[in-house]
Amino acid sequence: MELKGEYRIAASKAKVWAALNDAETLEGCIPGCEELDKSSDTEMSAKVALKIGPVKARFKGNVTLENLDPPNAYSIVGEGQGGVAGFAKGGADVQLSEDGDETILSYQANAQVGGKIAQLGSRLIQSTAAKLADKFFANFRDALEPQEGDVKD
Amino acid sequence: MTEGIGARVLRKEDKRFLMGKGRYTDDIVEPNQAYAAFVRSPHAHAEVKGIDASAAEAMDGVVAVLNGEQLTGDGIGNIICGWGVTQKDGSGMNMGAWSALATSKVRYVGDAVAVVIADSIEQARNAAEAVEVDYKILPAVAQSMKALTNDAPEIHDNAPGNVVFDWEIGDLAPTDAALAGAAYITEMDITNNRLAPNPMEPRSAVATYNDAEEHYTLYTTSQNPHVARLVLSAFYQVAPEHKLRVIAPDVGGGFGSKIYIYPEEITCLWASMKTNRSVKWTSDRTEAFLTDAHGRDHVSTAKIGFDKDHKIVGLKVNTKANIGAYMSLFSSAVPTYLYATLLSGQYNIANIYCDVQAVYTNTVPVDAYRGAGRPEACFLVERIMETAAREMGVSPVELRRKNFVTSFPHQTPVIMAYDSGDFATNQDQALKAADYDGFEARRTEAASRGKLRGIGFSNYIEACGIAPSAAVGSLGAGVGLWESAEVRVNPVGTIEVLTGSHSHGQGHETTFTQIVAERFGLPTENIQIVHGDTDKVQFGMGTYGSRSGAVGMSAIFKALDKVEAKVKKIAAHVLEASEDDIVIEGGEVKVAGTDKLMGWHEVGLAAYTGHNLPEGMEPGLKETSFYDPTNFTFPAGCYICEVEVDPETGVTDIVQFVASDDFGTIINPMIVEGQVHGGIAQGIGQAMLENVVYDDDAQQLSASYMDYAMPRADDLPNYSVHHASTECPGNPLGMKGCGEAGAIGSPPAVINAITDAIGNNDLSMPATSAKVWAAIQAASAKQAAE
Repeated sequence: MELKGEYRIAASKAKVWAALNDAETLEGCIPGCEELDKSSDTEMSAKVALKIGPVKARFKGNVTLENLDPPNAYSIVGEGQGGVAGFAKGGADVQLSEDGDETILSYQANAQVGGKIAQLGSRLIQSTAAKLADKFFANFRDALEPQEGDVKD
Repeated sequence: MTEGIGARVLRKEDKRFLMGKGRYTDDIVEPNQAYAAFVRSPHAHAEVKGIDASAAEAMDGVVAVLNGEQLTGDGIGNIICGWGVTQKDGSGMNMGAWSALATSKVRYVGDAVAVVIADSIEQARNAAEAVEVDYKILPAVAQSMKALTNDAPEIHDNAPGNVVFDWEIGDLAPTDAALAGAAYITEMDITNNRLAPNPMEPRSAVATYNDAEEHYTLYTTSQNPHVARLVLSAFYQVAPEHKLRVIAPDVGGGFGSKIYIYPEEITCLWASMKTNRSVKWTSDRTEAFLTDAHGRDHVSTAKIGFDKDHKIVGLKVNTKANIGAYMSLFSSAVPTYLYATLLSGQYNIANIYCDVQAVYTNTVPVDAYRGAGRPEACFLVERIMETAAREMGVSPVELRRKNFVTSFPHQTPVIMAYDSGDFATNQDQALKAADYDGFEARRTEAASRGKLRGIGFSNYIEACGIAPSAAVGSLGAGVGLWESAEVRVNPVGTIEVLTGSHSHGQGHETTFTQIVAERFGLPTENIQIVHGDTDKVQFGMGTYGSRSGAVGMSAIFKALDKVEAKVKKIAAHVLEASEDDIVIEGGEVKVAGTDKLMGWHEVGLAAYTGHNLPEGMEPGLKETSFYDPTNFTFPAGCYICEVEVDPETGVTDIVQFVASDDFGTIINPMIVEGQVHGGIAQGIGQAMLENVVYDDDAQQLSASYMDYAMPRADDLPNYSVHHASTECPGNPLGMKGCGEAGAIGSPPAVINAITDAIGNNDLSMPATSAKVWAAIQAASAKQAAE
């Protein structure tokens, strides 16, 4: 399954890049994220609670940053185990480009699921993943462009 | 005789089912019962690097967490395949090891790696979630064709290239020569889609170990409890045979999937000994999709040749059979001796050659499912016959008729010797019932409403009544396929029949009583059928392959012969008459031509009091028979399906379905019609709705009723069911068997009808609306291009 998207963020490229590498910002933006611990500059562990169709699960997994090209691009890859719910793994290539004072963030992501999520929720994966990605980047943009009344999902 | 052979006796077993008083395995509650939950692999192919059960073991109510190392360490044997197939080169099968709980490797999604035993089912399931398994994920493959490619992952070390066996039947050179000289050739790629069996009752087991007696009891959903006991004992070493009682109580459907002895039953028995608790496991529906043996999954190419008069000269077939991740009990027999031996269909074909490559994949094991090999053969033969008729521009009805076998016995080039049949009469009867002559008018009328109407035929033949023991033994079977019966006449004259057959929906408790009622003129209410308990019933082979009538009832028939002979001897002695003058009718034992008689109960009493028996006769009235059939039986018939397709949406309605079957002697027409209805429903399910889907990583995507479409009432037509029978010469009742015919004969009739309607022969099962619509679009695009 493939996803892609593009977001315009009213912040400088350097600021966006810093946020993309900041565990606290990411934790605040990942929907359902309960924990995100950075163990090195490129390695993190995470706990994320998700509901896909009829399957609700808490995924524990590792996230690695690869192909670092500061402040222009990186790849973020991860895999999570959801117990009997199965597993999810995937990755995204993220690119930043400057457009005046603003930054354009674009990404191409892929994801695979297995176990119960695949058996029961495979029809819902694409739409759920697209929704989650959208939520993440919207949260991320909002985190960098503080506005009154913003809430995190 | 209102309750004898041919009577529509209502099913005796239905009262308890309708009152909700059936007693299924999950209804069994043992004192001190614990529950099992299996930890299953979410990966299709992975190494098991380690299992950390510490968190699970610490949870409330957890009795034990057990794994494959412990199981094999206790000497529990690997799961067996009961039929050895010899390869083309004379070597045996490349069979990989299958442990009830995986040790070093998992090979399909659902493969069990550990089991949690806990006080409640909730505690067991929660703890199973807490078991941490460290997997090293390996590449996986789900499709047989992909598994045969060079870069496919190897699933078992001892099956190079994932080939389990490469087998052939028939003569290659004469077949090639016949095809080379043919006036017409039709070639096709034919896929038979993978199905999940879906009995209404999921599998279940309750195992109890009694340490004082060193004795095991297993309640389980089995079609053949004695075979289960034998295999659990002799091969899995769970317990010696005399220390293991297997009971299959009421069982809610099997369709083949409950023949096999699965990892869960083995594990429950072993876990019961380990924990000294009764251990219950009941599959949930998704677990059933993940672990019940699947059916079909053949990918074939076929080539048929005709002479200038449209007589078949040869048929050549290659089939790739997906075996799944492990070899299930009869997995090797299904795509070989139960399949390729039926490729002659109802036709006189001098030259047939078929070779079959059985292939390991990272999927649920595949084994017998209602029809088991014969649906695959029938689909191939009847699709290619219909296609050939279209290509040669002749009537599919006439083409078949021209090639029918008309004299019996008929030896085919693929082992089977057809003993009887009348294919033309069944075809005539079906054509008449379907008003075939009026079809073109109906097609025109449908067109005026914007609908595409089509008609399709299927002239199936199958082999039932499995099977002569020596014959199947020579072909590799590990068991004989006879059946046993014991007829006990009680001192008061009531009768218990202990049968080695097992009823799980077939209505044996009704049909079997009818042949006893017929023989002695007794009411069926005085007759009880006992089955499904190894402590009550003598060894028997169980129910599958439509064998319970032709084989199981023949054993009863033979035992009745012995009872009748003894009754006559006793009555002749008491009534001071010649044995030859004794007749039994209407529940009375009479001296013919006189008014001297004994009531049936009086003979029973005389046998058990022993006060006045012939010199040297043993008291009692109880006889046993082990019946071994002399041949397979060959049910055959003609199915006609008529459909209307909405070209805008691809939605297909079956507007008519006619069946004319030759089942030989019919004991209870109501039950036989029920079997035909159910079989056709499953066949239509395969043709239009059902499909097991795996993604490229061998994840099963259709493991619930949200994604696996079962046929429902509104998907199915009213069936028009007829019979034109020839008596089977191979057994005393003349029966052929009816349990699988519907599922065997119907899929090609449906696909032939839809392809006729839409004018595009390129349509695979299941023919969903989306696929039919796409095929219509492809046909009109092709037409436009021309």
